[in-house]
Amino acid sequence: MPTTYLEAIREGLWEEMERDPGVFLIGEDIGTYGGAFKVTAGFIEHFGERRVVDTPISEAGIVGAAIGAGLMGLRPVAEMQFADFITCGFDQIVNFAAKCRYRWGAAVPMVVRAPSGGGIHGGPFHSQNPEMWFVKTPGLKVVCPATAYDAKGLIKSAVRDNDPVIFFEHKALYRRIKEDLPAGDFTVPIGKARIARPGRDLTVVTYGAMVWVALDAAETLAAEGIEMEVVDLRTLLPLDRETVCESVKRTSKVLLLHEDTRTAGMAGELAATISESVFEYLDAPIVRVTAPDTPVPFSPPLEEAFLPNAAKVIDKARWLHRY
Amino acid sequence: MSITPACPSESEPAPANSAAQAELARRMLYFMALMRETEDRIERKLYRQGKILGGVYVGRGQEAIPVGSALHSLPEDVLLPSHRDMAVFFIRGIPLGRIFAQYMGRVDGLTRGRDGNMHMGDMSAGLVAIISALAASVPVAAGVALALRYRGTNGIAFSYFGDGSTSRGDWHEGVNMATVLKLPVVYVCNNNQYAYSTPLSGQMACANVADRGPAYGMPAEIVDGNDVLAVYAATGRAVAHARAGHGPYLLECKTFRMTGHSAHDAAEYVPPALFEEWAKRDPILRLEQRMIENGWDDRAAIDAVHARVHQEVDAAVAWADERPFPDPATLSGQVYDGE
Ligand SMILES: Cc1ncc(C[n+]2csc(CCOP(=O)(O)OP(=O)(O)O)c2C)c(N)n1
Repeated sequence: MPTTYLEAIREGLWEEMERDPGVFLIGEDIGTYGGAFKVTAGFIEHFGERRVVDTPISEAGIVGAAIGAGLMGLRPVAEMQFADFITCGFDQIVNFAAKCRYRWGAAVPMVVRAPSGGGIHGGPFHSQNPEMWFVKTPGLKVVCPATAYDAKGLIKSAVRDNDPVIFFEHKALYRRIKEDLPAGDFTVPIGKARIARPGRDLTVVTYGAMVWVALDAAETLAAEGIEMEVVDLRTLLPLDRETVCESVKRTSKVLLLHEDTRTAGMAGELAATISESVFEYLDAPIVRVTAPDTPVPFSPPLEEAFLPNAAKVIDKARWLHRY
Repeated sequence: MSITPACPSESEPAPANSAAQAELARRMLYFMALMRETEDRIERKLYRQGKILGGVYVGRGQEAIPVGSALHSLPEDVLLPSHRDMAVFFIRGIPLGRIFAQYMGRVDGLTRGRDGNMHMGDMSAGLVAIISALAASVPVAAGVALALRYRGTNGIAFSYFGDGSTSRGDWHEGVNMATVLKLPVVYVCNNNQYAYSTPLSGQMACANVADRGPAYGMPAEIVDGNDVLAVYAATGRAVAHARAGHGPYLLECKTFRMTGHSAHDAAEYVPPALFEEWAKRDPILRLEQRMIENGWDDRAAIDAVHARVHQEVDAAVAWADERPFPDPATLSGQVYDGE
């Protein structure tokens, strides 16, 4: 039976809680209700209230408490109901958790799970991709899985990590993406990108839900004889610069794709990295496909125009190929 | 500072001005019925038909709170409604068709399709758009009140929120600031006893939201939130206090959320007996009963109000459904002034 992206996160959390008695969950409506997206459904029945802590609506409280428990050696996994509300716990994450090790050598093993992304008609407050707020913060790790395999492998790595990890789970993938997962324990290393599809003509670097958009586009392009390599970053911080640069060396043309808005998005950092490291391999300008610099709009025609899609990628890829 | 417990007798209208009372009750009934019908149409029809996408949150059973409170608002006042205060928009004169257009993502919605559902506002009507992050609007209410006082107006801010929102730090910062600066804010809490799936006991260790008032040096009152006349009477006291320059005032309106958290939530975590018990206290039925008992109106007149509401909603839905979706070419405009 194929496992959905959502189920994969669930399984990963479940197995980590079975493995390590110090792992516990904390968040709003995560107990009997099982969380807004039902990721933790059934956990409280199995693990009890000690390890599945329902809280008041207090994001700063949730994250702060997770940090405190992490400092004490437990392994908290905090859930934000929507990634958008992580703003309410922002100070605790970027000013405290991220700086503990650097300032005073204290470990904060903590995972903050944040359901992010658009395409669900959520409007400006339930669709954002706030990963760059955290990628800008040394001391954090930022993970954005695209597949069920990676979601499970990365949540397990995140739980075992000795530093704070912000784990973005894309809402539009929860029930749409599934695959057969291997039985037994496996992890996916934080900080390692993967080649989601090999290709010789150009590279698209992306992450999260956009991996599927890139794969769609690659399929269409292949029929035209254009072989597009898809690099799935999986982790944004620390960034696997090597895998990106190696791919660019092979294809000499690169398209950077993300669902997040354009200015100071991940593509900016990637473009700088590529031009610093492998500029002489490039045969064409670095091209970006991103959301525009606006809030995420609600109305379907606006949201559709806002989100990058395969057509937009194909268009740019053809241009790059011709260049 | 003390907490005034709910006192139903206080809401008994003075018989002397019975005609005025009857007229007020008629307005209350109209707005409550309009809110009920509008939200029923949104949640039970348009959402299920796929004409409304995304999240849908309604205030069924809580209509007395926005109606009883906002009817005290003056044109210069500014209101910051929560996600269960639809009637506030009607009372402030937002045309019904525009509200349906908002929910259906059309250009004629208050946010021109940029935001959805009750995430809407209009400063020209004294309405600050809902901030999704709960209680984020509470400090904003303090700033609104500060500006009203700064300009020398008699205006006040109405700050609306649910019980769960009072757990957020923003709530405490906003309330504390307003009390310290003695700002003219009336806080209207709808304590519907659940915040999503979390019952009040999972939200706070004190029994009442009102218990928090004295801790900040602010008077607080517990009100029967399903009795619109009681809400109206209590708001009158709160408004008088705030307008007189005595600082903020907290109203805790006890009620019950007669739905799931949103349209996709079946609320299986709520004991069915609670729904049954609270259905008996339906604020619309209670007002109607009161109107008949007091001889303000008869059944036929009340039925006529509902018929009128039904027609208005039909017309508004039909109008909204004809309105266009926003042109994708407008996506990037108006992020900044002058675009
Ligand atoms: C900061 C923040 N966290 C979580 C949410 C998700 N959320 C939306 S409404 C809600 C419950 C609100 O409860 P309450 O304030 O009591 O209002 P009610 O819905 O009961 O009227 C939650 C948790 C949110 N909107 N903002």
